[in-house]
Amino acid sequence: MSEQTKRSAGVPGSEDVFAVPGEPIADQAYLSSGADWDQIIESQRERADEIIVVNLGPQHPSTHGVMRLVLEMDGENVMSCRPGIGFLHTGIEKNSEYRTWTQGSTFFTRMNYVGGIHNEAAYSLAVDKLLDITDDIPRRGNQLRVLAMETNRIASHLTAVGANCLELGATSPQEVGLRERERILEFTEALTGLRMNNAYIRPGGVQNDMPDDGIDLLDELIKQLRINVPEIALFMLDNPIFKARTQHIGVLDLSTCMMLGMTGPVLRSTGYPWDLRKTQPYLGYDHYDFDVCTETSCDAYGRFKIRCDEMMQSLRILEQVRDELVESQGEPFRVQDPDLEWPSDLTVGADGQGNSNEHIKHIMGESMEALIHHFKKVTEGFKVPAGQVYVAIEGPAGELGAHLVSDGGTRPYRAHMRDPGFNHVQALPIMSEGAMLSDLLMALASIDPVMGGVDR
Amino acid sequence: MSEKNSEGRDPKVVGTADNPVAGPEEVTKGELIAEGTGSASELASGPHAHLDRVLVPQTPTEGPVVTVRKGMWGPGHGSGDTSGFSGMTRIIEMPGTATPPFGGWFDDVADRVAELVPHFASRVMIWRGEITFVVLREKLLEVVKALRDDPALRFEVCMSVSGVHYPEMTGSELHAVYDLLSYTHNRRIRLEVTCPDGDAHIPSVVPVYPMANFHERETWDMFGIIFDGHPALTRILMPDDWVGHPQRKDYPLGGIPVEYKGAVVPPPDERRSYQA
Amino acid sequence: MGIEDHVPSGVLLTTVEAIAGWTRKASFWPLTMGLACCAIEMMQYGGPRHDAGRWGQEVFRASPRQADLMIVSGRVSQKMAPVVRQLWDQMPNPKWCISMGVCASTGGMFNNYAIIQGVDHIVPVDMYVPGCPPRPDMLIDAVFKLREKELQWGPIGADRDKAISEKEAAALEAPALLEQKGLMR
Repeated sequence: MSEQTKRSAGVPGSEDVFAVPGEPIADQAYLSSGADWDQIIESQRERADEIIVVNLGPQHPSTHGVMRLVLEMDGENVMSCRPGIGFLHTGIEKNSEYRTWTQGSTFFTRMNYVGGIHNEAAYSLAVDKLLDITDDIPRRGNQLRVLAMETNRIASHLTAVGANCLELGATSPQEVGLRERERILEFTEALTGLRMNNAYIRPGGVQNDMPDDGIDLLDELIKQLRINVPEIALFMLDNPIFKARTQHIGVLDLSTCMMLGMTGPVLRSTGYPWDLRKTQPYLGYDHYDFDVCTETSCDAYGRFKIRCDEMMQSLRILEQVRDELVESQGEPFRVQDPDLEWPSDLTVGADGQGNSNEHIKHIMGESMEALIHHFKKVTEGFKVPAGQVYVAIEGPAGELGAHLVSDGGTRPYRAHMRDPGFNHVQALPIMSEGAMLSDLLMALASIDPVMGGVDR
Repeated sequence: MSEKNSEGRDPKVVGTADNPVAGPEEVTKGELIAEGTGSASELASGPHAHLDRVLVPQTPTEGPVVTVRKGMWGPGHGSGDTSGFSGMTRIIEMPGTATPPFGGWFDDVADRVAELVPHFASRVMIWRGEITFVVLREKLLEVVKALRDDPALRFEVCMSVSGVHYPEMTGSELHAVYDLLSYTHNRRIRLEVTCPDGDAHIPSVVPVYPMANFHERETWDMFGIIFDGHPALTRILMPDDWVGHPQRKDYPLGGIPVEYKGAVVPPPDERRSYQA
Repeated sequence: MGIEDHVPSGVLLTTVEAIAGWTRKASFWPLTMGLACCAIEMMQYGGPRHDAGRWGQEVFRASPRQADLMIVSGRVSQKMAPVVRQLWDQMPNPKWCISMGVCASTGGMFNNYAIIQGVDHIVPVDMYVPGCPPRPDMLIDAVFKLREKELQWGPIGADRDKAISEKEAAALEAPALLEQKGLMR
C-alpha cells in the first residue's frame, strides 16, 4: 500500500485532509492517486460491517400476501434474497379432485383472489376443450365471459397499482384505486351475485345472464371508470419522487424475461408485444379492437405505466362488449347440450336467490327427463372424456394456464394451474440483489404476485 | 352422457397474420386420423425425412391405461353398488396415440427433433389439437436443449412443469408434464416424462429452462419426483419438515369430519361418491 | 404494564374500566393479518366507501406490538399457523381477535391437509364473521359488536384474566355440537 493509504488512515492525525480543524474525524478518509484505488476498496471491505440476515416475514404489509423474504443485507443493500412461499398453500388442486367439474370453478377462483374470474376462465376454457364444446358455446356466453374478465382485469390492476403506491408511502392513489374497485365490485355483484370469488364462469358458459338493468349499470360503470381511472396515472407518472423510486428499478430485459419465463406486463415492459389475447385468441378476443400496451424501459416504472394503460384498453373492450350484449339480448348463455347445461334458472325471490318458480314447476311437474337431468348433473356432474389439455389465457399478471387431466369421470383426475405469480417470484433475486431494500419492494410490487395464486 | 369423439374434429392452431403457422386446418382430414397411414419408405423420402426416427421401435398402439373402473359408482367408502352394473369393468385409456406422419406443423417439429435426437419418444399423442411427446427420460435434456436452441423449433419457455400420479400404470406411475411455448413460431407442445414409483428420478431441465426451478420444486414437494441436477430441490409449498407428498393419489385428502348440531358430515374423501 | 394491571379488583377497577374502554373504543388498531381473499375485502373495509377511519381504525398497524385487534382474514395454512400464533403472542394485552370469513372460522371450503380448520385451534377468537368473503359491511357489524361487547364494558387487568380463565373452563365443559340434539325443530 502507498503511504497515503495506510490502514491507519483516518485515525486522528494529519492524514484526513478534509477534516475541519476542531471537528472530530468522521469515518475514514482516504487519499488516493490513481492505481491504489483498488487497495482502498479492499481494505475498506475487510473492515466492512458484517452482513445481517433480515427476515421480511410472512406478515408484512408489502409482501402482497404472505411471502417470506430472507434477505442478507449489507447496510441498506440486499446481498442475497431468497423468497420463501407456501404460506397460503391451500391444497386447491388436490381438493378439486374430489369435486365435480363444475365445482372446480368455485375452487380455482380462490387461487388468485384479486383477479378471480380469470382463474375460472382458464379452468373453464380447459374443461370446454376437454369436452370439445369450445365452438358450441353461444356468443352471448362468450360475451358475458369477456365482460366479467375485463372488469376483473381492471379491478386487479387497480389493486396492483394501488398497492404499488401504498408501498411507496403514497396512500391517496391506493384509496382512489379502492374507490374505483368498489364500483367494479358493485357491478360484479349485480352481474354475478357476489363481489368476489364469484364462480361465474363455468364449463359450458356462465352461471346466469345479466340482470334486466345490466346494460344501464354497465354504462354507468364505464362512464365513471373513464373519468376516474386516469386519475392514478395523472397522480403518479410525472411525479419526480415516483420516477426516482421506480425508474431503472427492477430491470429485467428481454433475454432475462425469456430466461425466467416472465409474461404479462413484465414481458411487455421490455417492448415485446406478447399478449395471448392477440397471439392465441380465445373467447372471441380477435374481433375486439384494442391495443397491446408496451413500454421499452424494462423497469418498474414501465410496468406501472403498462398497467394504467391496460386499464384504459380494457375499458375500450368493455364498450365493445356492451354493444354486443345489447344485440344478443335474450340469447342463450350456456352450451345448449342437455347433458352438459347446468340446470338452473336463477332469480331473486322472496327468500333470496334461487331457482325460479317456473323452473321448479317444470322439473317437478312437467318433465321427468328434466328432473333426472337436474338430479344427475347437480349431484354427479357431467362426464368429461379422458385426456389432457393445457389452455392458457392472458391473466392480469401474465399467462395463466390450466393443465387438466381427465380420466373419463365426473371429477378432475389432475387439475394443475400455472399461475404467473409463481413463475415471477423466481425473478426477485435477480432484480434485487445489489439493490437497496426499498428497491426490492418496488420490484416486488411491479411483478404483482398474488400469493393465493403462487401457493394455490 | 355423450362423449365427444376426439377423431374427426379439426384441431385448432392459431397463428397471427405476420406469423402464419401451417395449421392443420389447411391439411385434409384424412391426414389427421390418429392411425398413421404412411409406410416407412414414404416417410423417409418426403420433406420430413426423419419422422421414422421419432419413436423408439416397438411402440404400443393402444393408449396408456389411466384407470380401470369397476361398477357404476366410484370409490365411495362403504357404498354398496346397488345399480346392478357392479360386474362392469371399463378400461380408461389416454386417447390420441398417433404414428407419424402427424399432420401440419406437428411434423415439422417432430422431424427436426428426430433429426437432432433420434428415437427420443416412446409415444406421441395428438388430441384436441395438442401434441404430446412422451420423451424417454435419459434423452430429456438433449431434447429440451434442441427444442430451445434450434431456430426451427425455438421453444423459448417452459411454461409449467406439472406432475401427475397414475397409480395404475405400473412401471410408469409418476409423470412430469412440461408445457412448452414458442414465442417465435407461436405454438405449444407438451413433453411427458414417466418414471416408476420406486425409481422416481428425472433429469432436471433447469440448466436449459431456468424458469422451471420453482415448478420442479413443487413437483418434488407434491409428488416425490426427484429431479437430478436441480440446484436446490427442497420443499416449497409445504412446511420444510413435512412428511409425504400430498398430491399423490395414495395420500389422503386429510380433512376432518364436520360437526353440526346433532350430525356429522364426513370429509370429502370419505363421503359416498356418485361418480360413475 | 399499564396502570390497570396494578389496580386491584373492585369498584375502582370498574370505574377505570369504563373510562379506558371508552378511549380504547375510539382508537382500536387492527393488525395487518391479511392472508387471502378476505384480506382484499378488509382492504375495501379500510377504503373510501366502507370507511374504517370513521371510528379510528384506518391505521392498520404492521407491528403486533402496536395493535389491539388481530383480524385473521383468510385461510391459515399449516405453514402459516406458527407465524399467526407468534404474532398473537407478541401483541400486548388487552387484545382481541376477529376471525373473518369461513376459512378462518372453521376451515371453510378447504377441509384438507393444508388448512387449519379454524384459527380458534391456535388463538382464542372473540368474534366469528361468516362469509366467503364477508362483505365489508359484515365486518363493520362484527367490529361494532365487538366494541360494544368487549371494549366498552369488557373487564381489564385482573378482572380480565379471571374472565378469560372462566371462559376457557366453560368451553372445556361445554357439550360437543354433535351431542346437542333436537335443535333443528
